[in-house]
Amino acid sequence: MSDPVSLTTDRPGQVASTTPPAPGRSRHLSDRWLAVLFISPALLLLLAMSVFPLLWALYLSFTDYSATRGGPATFVWFGNYTAILASAQVHLRALTTLIYVVGAVALQTVLGFSIAYLISRRTHGRGLLTTLFLVPMMLSPVVVGLFWRFMLDAQFGVINSMLGSLGLGQVEWLTRQQTALFSLIVVDTWQWTPFIMLIALAGLTAVPKYLYEAASIDRASEWFRFRTITLPLVWPLLLIAVLFRAIEAFRLFDLVYILTSGGPGVSTETLSFHVYKVAFLGFNTGTASAYGILMVLIVIVLTQLYLRYLNKLKED
Amino acid sequence: MAVSVDEAVATGPARDRTPSARRLGGRGRSVLEVVLLTVLAVVMLFPVLWMIETSIKENRDVYAIPAKFFNFTVTMDHFKDVFVAPGGGRSALSVAFLNSVLVAGVSTALATVLGVPAAWAYSRFSVKAKKDQLFFILSTRFMPPVVVVIPIFLMYRQVGLIDSKLGLILIYAAFNVPFTIWMMKGFVDEVPAEYEDAAMLDGYTRMQAFWRFTLPLLLPGIAATAVFALIFSWNEFVFAIFLTSSDGVRTAPPAIAGLIGGTTVDWGLVAAASLVFALPVLIFAYLVRKHLVAGVTLGAVRR
Repeated sequence: MSDPVSLTTDRPGQVASTTPPAPGRSRHLSDRWLAVLFISPALLLLLAMSVFPLLWALYLSFTDYSATRGGPATFVWFGNYTAILASAQVHLRALTTLIYVVGAVALQTVLGFSIAYLISRRTHGRGLLTTLFLVPMMLSPVVVGLFWRFMLDAQFGVINSMLGSLGLGQVEWLTRQQTALFSLIVVDTWQWTPFIMLIALAGLTAVPKYLYEAASIDRASEWFRFRTITLPLVWPLLLIAVLFRAIEAFRLFDLVYILTSGGPGVSTETLSFHVYKVAFLGFNTGTASAYGILMVLIVIVLTQLYLRYLNKLKED
Repeated sequence: MAVSVDEAVATGPARDRTPSARRLGGRGRSVLEVVLLTVLAVVMLFPVLWMIETSIKENRDVYAIPAKFFNFTVTMDHFKDVFVAPGGGRSALSVAFLNSVLVAGVSTALATVLGVPAAWAYSRFSVKAKKDQLFFILSTRFMPPVVVVIPIFLMYRQVGLIDSKLGLILIYAAFNVPFTIWMMKGFVDEVPAEYEDAAMLDGYTRMQAFWRFTLPLLLPGIAATAVFALIFSWNEFVFAIFLTSSDGVRTAPPAIAGLIGGTTVDWGLVAAASLVFALPVLIFAYLVRKHLVAGVTLGAVRR
């Protein structure tokens, strides 16, 4: 494998082919230089637009800098961090975020897997069904948020209208403390169930048919087949989808912004939304940076978990 | 062995039925499954259908209580309002759409130009700590936008990129480069390295071998990857709303979201604008449906 490569690079001058390529400077580029030349522009962009800003945020998180007040920032060291970690407000947002992430991802997983399972059992119209189910996922959160806001409107929303014609009472979906977070979970579930479905479907169609055939020869029951063949084979892929969704749900901002703006009160304020309020409405840039860095740490832990499972999946 | 005995007991009652009854039971279950799928599909698609209906309803029908599902007057006025300003001329929304086309297009081109060579290099060469580098690259994509936008905002204010299309293009490119590298690395891995080795035996340099033999084979993959990057940039909202403010620069997502800012909301217009905004995405997504699993997991999961 490596032999022909080293041969050609050892004798770059030996050009005996019928189509001698024009000699140029690029010929003298060794593989190592070519790799550096090809990779470094992309890495430089990432360093400038992702790493450097985060390092700056890290620096700001140790100061009391404010974007509007301007002036020199004084170091407060871990003051911002201790303030955030001790704040009851932040604890409340962390709880809201936890309820939202766990609720939404659990609902999506159950629904998405069920739909994928039902589709995988069909022989006809699979492609069409999959395509139709995938529509919500491709929409922008802005479009999704706006549209559900209209449908969930207490006065002239279509959901309440349908409830009314069924003889049920009206629900203030987005303007009541108890229902707002639930509505947010429902809307997120509507948008992202297709994501879980898509990945579960990929896992389900990859299960070898002969396993089921062998099981049916053994007269294994449906539930037994599901438990011992389907689930163990699809689970690793499903876990990746779940982790991916958990990270995305944890970062979520746009849907909250459009749908409820954190309200009523602070009942739908997630950590992301709270960071935004501290940074852009309170202009406590230092505090917001510390807050953001703490969120980044959580995301890094989740991402490591995700990548570890991904690695495991690839090695199998 | 114990398992199969167990199962034989479990399926016992079913065996007592006559074959025809069993087949009927199977069919009944199948019908039930189809019904269940249909109900789920209707629930999933209803909001989209409702959006389409609202966009072609006259205003009094939009706000009708109880909601009108079928008997309404069809009008195209909302779609006209999306593109044409009340007093004639171009509407603010149509300007925003043009901005979106420009920003999404250029940032995607930039991410592709930077990402494809990097993906090729990661696939072909032994790079120091390759795995760590690739994981680092992907993890930059997972950073919460709200957090990243704080230092980016300060940075842009320093260099004068606030409220400029270039600023948006740069940040979108930076968010799409990790995706492009991961997605493209999969495609490059599928092209045998032997093609390049053979070309180099014929006297071509590594660079020429890449340019003349591998790149043409990668074009379908590049197209699919670029389409996904385009969709991500097109749909992006958080950076757009914090880094831009003026009508001439704003992209479509903040412009559409701005429609609900006032005291009264023209939901017909919102619906029409959302549809015009979503339609290209749906068409593009349909075109790359084969690569959807890889695309939505940022190139991490491949079938």
